Amino acid sequence: MNIYDFMFYLFAAITLVSAFFVVTIRNIVYSAFFLLFTFFGVVGLYILLAADFIAIVQLVVYVGGILILLLFGVMLTNKITSVQIKSGTFQILPAAIAVGLFAGILTASLLNTNWKTFETEIPATTAYSLGNLLMQEYVIVFELLGVLLLVALIGAASMARRNNA
Amino acid sequence: MLNVGLDHFLVVSSLLFCLGIFGIVTRKNAVMVLMGIELILNAANINFVAFSRYGNFGYNGQLMALFVIILAAAEAAVALAIVLNIYKTFATVNVDEIDKLKE
Repeated sequence: MNIYDFMFYLFAAITLVSAFFVVTIRNIVYSAFFLLFTFFGVVGLYILLAADFIAIVQLVVYVGGILILLLFGVMLTNKITSVQIKSGTFQILPAAIAVGLFAGILTASLLNTNWKTFETEIPATTAYSLGNLLMQEYVIVFELLGVLLLVALIGAASMARRNNA
Repeated sequence: MLNVGLDHFLVVSSLLFCLGIFGIVTRKNAVMVLMGIELILNAANINFVAFSRYGNFGYNGQLMALFVIILAAAEAAVALAIVLNIYKTFATVNVDEIDKLKE
């Protein structure tokens, strides 16, 4: 077992165990903090897949942006005076059975598929190639995403600030 | 133990996807449902990047993962604005108690 395999199993364990706690623990704030570890595990997996730029973007956008946004959401929609911020759950058992079955079928079909893999050489850095693609083939998508982010920003601000609905 | 390859990443992402589904269907709090959605988006992203690494498509897969991350950020912002409005209107964010479109 070489160091790459060891790192993979480490990051996969971090991701899956903390994701399990995210969906099972009852305190929402703890869930949000376990989500932090899930995102870090995914960053590790991206680095193992030689996607350094995606890993950094994941770190900045998910950990720095979305997680903070979710924590704000938790704090603004609960009474801070109540010490324990809990989330109710329902239909645990049927959901666990159904999701377990689905996971089994999905994993079995993935493992039984003969994926065609290619041995590509690992690049030193991906940012240059990604930037080239973004500015040539995907330039319209890039512009559209910029517009989308602006619309989302304005829409979110105007929705959250509306006083009398 | 076999060497880590495409299958390992696909299994991790499928398990992450299933955990996200489990979180969405069992939690009552709307913010927790959003966290489940983030888990699912991460699972999809792992698939994109894994196929980009082991397939023969150049960097298109990684670029799709980048687009998914951008869409996730926009979605989280808008969804949280909606959740805040729901909390202002109904004083609760439990998705099973919100069954009216109007006050």
